[in-house]
Amino acid sequence: MKFLIGLLTFVVVIAGVALFLSLPWPGLLVLLVVLALWMWLTRHGRQAASITAVGVSTMAQRLGSSAVIVIGIAGVVGVLVAMFAMAEGYSETLRRTGSEDTAIVMRGASAAEVSSVLDHDSALVIAQAPGIAKDDHGKPIASPELVVAANLPMKGGNPEEDFGSVQLRGIGDEAWQLRTNAKIIAGRKFEPGKYELVAGKGAQRQFAGLEPGKEIKLGNQKWTVTGIFASNDAMDSELWADAGVVGPAYRRGSSVTTVFARLTGPAAFDQFKAALSSDPRLQVDATTTLDYFSKQSEGTSKAITIIGIVVGVIMAIGAVFGALNTMFAAIAARAREIATLRAIGFRGLPVVMAVMLETMMLALIGGALGGALAWLIFNGYTASTLAAGTTGQLTFEFRVTPSLLWVGLKWALAIGFIGGLFPALRAARLPVTTALREL
Amino acid sequence: MKYLHLIWASLFRRKTRTILTLVSIIAAFLLFGLLDAVRVSFAEAGQSANGAERLQTGARLSFIQPLPQGLGAQIAAVNGVKDVAYANWFGGAYQDPHNQIFTFAVSPNYLDVYPEVEVAPEQRQAFDKSLNGILAGEVIVKKYGWKVGDKIPLQSQIFPNKDGSKNWNFELLGVMHSKDEKAFQSQMIVMHWKNFDESTPYNRGMVGWYISRVTDLNQADRVAKSIDALSANSDHETKTQTEQAATKNWIKQMADIGLIVTSIMGAVFFTLVLLTGNTMMQAVRERTSELAVLKTIGFSSHSVLAMVLAESVLLLLLGGVIGLGLVSLLAPILTSSSGGMITHASVGPKSWALGVGLAVAIGLIIGGLPAWRAMRLNIVDALAGR
Repeated sequence: MKFLIGLLTFVVVIAGVALFLSLPWPGLLVLLVVLALWMWLTRHGRQAASITAVGVSTMAQRLGSSAVIVIGIAGVVGVLVAMFAMAEGYSETLRRTGSEDTAIVMRGASAAEVSSVLDHDSALVIAQAPGIAKDDHGKPIASPELVVAANLPMKGGNPEEDFGSVQLRGIGDEAWQLRTNAKIIAGRKFEPGKYELVAGKGAQRQFAGLEPGKEIKLGNQKWTVTGIFASNDAMDSELWADAGVVGPAYRRGSSVTTVFARLTGPAAFDQFKAALSSDPRLQVDATTTLDYFSKQSEGTSKAITIIGIVVGVIMAIGAVFGALNTMFAAIAARAREIATLRAIGFRGLPVVMAVMLETMMLALIGGALGGALAWLIFNGYTASTLAAGTTGQLTFEFRVTPSLLWVGLKWALAIGFIGGLFPALRAARLPVTTALREL
Repeated sequence: MKYLHLIWASLFRRKTRTILTLVSIIAAFLLFGLLDAVRVSFAEAGQSANGAERLQTGARLSFIQPLPQGLGAQIAAVNGVKDVAYANWFGGAYQDPHNQIFTFAVSPNYLDVYPEVEVAPEQRQAFDKSLNGILAGEVIVKKYGWKVGDKIPLQSQIFPNKDGSKNWNFELLGVMHSKDEKAFQSQMIVMHWKNFDESTPYNRGMVGWYISRVTDLNQADRVAKSIDALSANSDHETKTQTEQAATKNWIKQMADIGLIVTSIMGAVFFTLVLLTGNTMMQAVRERTSELAVLKTIGFSSHSVLAMVLAESVLLLLLGGVIGLGLVSLLAPILTSSSGGMITHASVGPKSWALGVGLAVAIGLIIGGLPAWRAMRLNIVDALAGR
């Protein structure tokens, strides 16, 4: 029977925690206000407040064991926030690459740029489609681009063996007009018709020899790196060169892989897409770049998030039991004091609340500490991976956002809640007479 | 050993506390076991003995660049090369473009180069005789519920066939089984390169990459260099690596798995040391008078020290062994749910040794301070409760 009650409590607690984790912040605010009012206005509330005050004031004597809760929870929250920040940074980098008013056109059923091929004529036809914005000279802002993979030696590796893959994008002048966020930050742009290229700052960090003025070897051809560009999105991981040079060098002739187009506005996309799909000369798919790049990040960021949750849950189980241990010990040490309170008329509820509050407070400190550590160490931390749907390394930065810190704090509070509840219940159920007689 | 009973009794003096601590330790080692299994699974990819004798030759320019088919005969003539096979990327998807299945268009002797792939002889014969036949890995066959003889439509993301459509139709003629779960072919489909080359207007006799076996492992480097020398300064320069090196390079580009695992485990074990350390301090503090009694009846200071140390090591070992044991139970689930990312997750002898070593080390660290205190205990003070 006792076991059944315990089991039931446990199930209720888990369900409550699951509910709590999905609670938005206004919900929690309401909970906090209700709690504050209760402590302020009711007799039980004031009793709980005074017991909590005693508990907190004696915490200094139990510094070691209180630290277990704080540090245990800080560890969980730190790892969790770091993993989420990785997923967030990855998808954010790709999401930022796209926008609602630019479109990407590839050959039908191509999953990614590299697997698409468009001949020169199709590219010209696409550029004439309605809905594309015009530049000052009345030319449509559409950029036919040729994406190929290149092998370059990685930084810090053996230059003969450790090759990494990088995307080389053959572009024309329109590409710079289309991607206004891409700026040359060192050196100069490449000159059309020459074996010259510019490197993104992410690629520069990843691969050896990408310095302005230096020569690199792609296959048996020497290319001069003339500059470095920054665009703060996925393009940062690429090399850009003249499409007219990349094509022959990679034996692609004048074909391209993709056409990017700036539309007159997000609303123009439907017209643009309809025009392309009804054109009998073309067999292409058009998507907004926002859709395209968001979809590219979906799988990977989901996988990272799931790994983060699995690791987080296992660590949280460890932390919960650590907290349980500490609080059981704290209750045992204060058994007499609690029994005395009960003997002079304090009821069970205030005792439960006091123990819970104390644990949750420690958990909150732990959560804040873990979040702060994750932020200090990982915010802006640069990592790279072979991106899904491309053939190159994608460099991205970890992003510790306020909403992630908030998720971390909620986990901390949930762990504190479970870790405090059972010791609190035990404290409230302690038989007064036995507890008073205990040493 | 004769004190085991005593140590055991003192360990379970406070059952709740010890069990709660034990669960924390189990959680930590469970995580350690899982992450280590993942790390080992990645580290051992391509490390098989068969992988060491295989060389992969691809275009130096980039891996998507094809090579001429004539190069195969030249490679075969290189001194030290046993046999040469080749393959092309086909990029298949089944039913929905998102259901991607790795599909290679391969030379007739492709499967001979991979002796770890097992195909029933009659199925292999049927495949060899056919033009339109495919072999599929056992994982794929199971996933989609195919049977030998089925007509399988596949979409290529890159290549149209003769009719200009990217929907290809194949006949499933056999199943590729993997010996020791070490062959990646159990998760993919192979088709005939000849069929591929004749059907698609875009390929025109090109080959994606060559796989050659060397006769002598120690000569692998020299052979790789001679293969690359064949095409030096041509418009199709090659890069030849052992399969091991190529796989390692690919994984390194994916993610620094080792670094991620190490940093997570660092955080976990740091927390664990604090948590169990605190428990041990509590346990010894509580027993001060008992320890004094032990000393009084003749236990030497050193044996008290050893007993406290043994207690904490025992606690960690218990948790560690249970945790790693749980991983052994969970590993098959991990393998099947990862969808082929992790091929043979298991807790190998190395992981066990590392885990047990860690348990003992952490046990000694956290037991150190309480044990030292117990050893230095002054009997009179302790009995008087000072």
